[in-house]
Amino acid sequence: MNAVLEIIDQRHMDEIQLLKERIKSIRRSVLDMTANTEGGIHVGSSLSCVDMIATLYFMKMRHSPHRPDWSERDRFILSKGHAAPALYAVLAEAGYFPREELQTLRAMNSRLQGHPDLRTPGVDAPSGSLGQGISIGIGMAVAAKRRGSRSRVYVLVGDGECDEGQIWEALMTAAHLKLDNLVLVIDRNGWQLDDRTEEIKRKVPLKGKLESFGWQTYMVDGHDPEKFLDTLDLSELSEWPTAIIAHTLKGKGLQMIEDTNKGHKIRLSNEQYLAAIKDLEEASQ
Amino acid sequence: MRAAFGETLLRLGDQYHNLVVLTADVAKPTNVYAFSQRHPDRFFNVGISEQDMVGIAAGFSLSGNIPVIAAFAPFLMRAWEQIRSTIARVSLNVKIVGTHAGLSASEEGSSHQSLEDVALMRVLPHMTVVVPGDKQEIREATEALIEMSGPTYLRLGRDEDLRFLEGDRVFQLGKAAILRDGSDMTVISNGGMTPEVLKAVEQAKVSARVLHMPTVKPLDQDAVLSAARDTGHIVCVEEHSIIGGLGGAVAELVADKCPVLVKRLGVNDDFGESGPRDELMRKHGLEAAAIARELAAIKGGNVP
Repeated sequence: MNAVLEIIDQRHMDEIQLLKERIKSIRRSVLDMTANTEGGIHVGSSLSCVDMIATLYFMKMRHSPHRPDWSERDRFILSKGHAAPALYAVLAEAGYFPREELQTLRAMNSRLQGHPDLRTPGVDAPSGSLGQGISIGIGMAVAAKRRGSRSRVYVLVGDGECDEGQIWEALMTAAHLKLDNLVLVIDRNGWQLDDRTEEIKRKVPLKGKLESFGWQTYMVDGHDPEKFLDTLDLSELSEWPTAIIAHTLKGKGLQMIEDTNKGHKIRLSNEQYLAAIKDLEEASQ
Repeated sequence: MRAAFGETLLRLGDQYHNLVVLTADVAKPTNVYAFSQRHPDRFFNVGISEQDMVGIAAGFSLSGNIPVIAAFAPFLMRAWEQIRSTIARVSLNVKIVGTHAGLSASEEGSSHQSLEDVALMRVLPHMTVVVPGDKQEIREATEALIEMSGPTYLRLGRDEDLRFLEGDRVFQLGKAAILRDGSDMTVISNGGMTPEVLKAVEQAKVSARVLHMPTVKPLDQDAVLSAARDTGHIVCVEEHSIIGGLGGAVAELVADKCPVLVKRLGVNDDFGESGPRDELMRKHGLEAAAIARELAAIKGGNVP
């Protein structure tokens, strides 16, 4: 019996190892886009949530790059649409479109718009205007239940985004409807465009707010795929919608901007790009 | 009038099993209550949160359902940005229904009156905008909008038993109906204004073509341009601001393609106020007698 458990354990460790390698490749894609895109991209915000998006797509969600419109798939909504490069890098890694296409981000006629819309294979919902993803997720979660589907819906919002009133309308609705197939991930990187989140508009106590709205709420390190995955597993046991407050660093892994607002929207110079790649290599050793 | 919408929705609910209805705590006044009783599993009252409602409708649409959202027109407009960014931008199949439009909320005052909704919806790419006139047309327009794919706005106004259109099939999406012909001018109207226009033409003793134009977008360009060529002067009448609505749409087209005089009658860049509907309509020149005076003045060459 112990031998079987050991094999399962080893298999899990192998999968996590593979995930970490994929995340490294995805992070490199994000850095490539940050260097390639003329007007710059929201790299800080992309690097704070990219580990979680990758973990969802490679370890949790049921989906198929060969059939992006498969009706039984799990859905992912990037409500904080400015982190689109993170989502695009994951979708390319998963095989929804060729990785080379990432170079066309924000260019004329590209399928990769500055903020997500439906022309990109694998994108489940449009976003860009903040605060709307949970509502869209509610519609999808109810629709899934109505057709007797096991499909689950994951929505990722930013902590700054929680300033939007519609977020709180939707939190009430989802708890009212007891949507146990809806999972909210809050990318708690502590920054928004102008300043620290707590300076602009106080978010704490975020966990208390979510719990009082009727959500099963967890806190987790958003840069620890294993722990994040455990929490996603837990969400499947809840009778209520689940919120995961994921503590993250804006610009995670890119030393020159990490946990500052300097990388809200930038383009990397050649020198900066080389330094960034060096950071990435060192971090994964 | 709204009852005609509610009845039609009930029938379409039996026919389309993927049709879902959402409202924001106004099920009874918008007449979707009967649907909620017949199909409780396909009815969602999301509470007083129009923005959330629009987003939820988007989610339903992305999952292959046909969501119909019904609320008071002025308060639906608070979710205009959600309608723009999440529905119109990617052309989702969401059916938006704004009730109590125009001055029809009368005594409630200007907070509850909606004189800007046609302009706000018409400016959105992909959006179809319909302002039906009588009970039969509401039935047929509701059906036509559910049948088509893409975002639509159905504007419903006063709740009385209007019936002025004749025939078995009065509504055609994107088509105007010529209710009478004449040579001095053309009067173009929609919603509940058309019966007033018919009376006004009689009273003014002018020879006017009357075009009933329920579809504001896409506009029946052929009908408007033929009118401009055949009769010259055009008068537009609507229970809406004279800015950006039917009159705006007609004026834009005519200025581009066949310039003639376009006189826009409606609420002249103003908010409403509390009062009986008849008196409000009189104040803003939207009753037959006032319209007749305008028509007579135009015929007499006195263009104000």
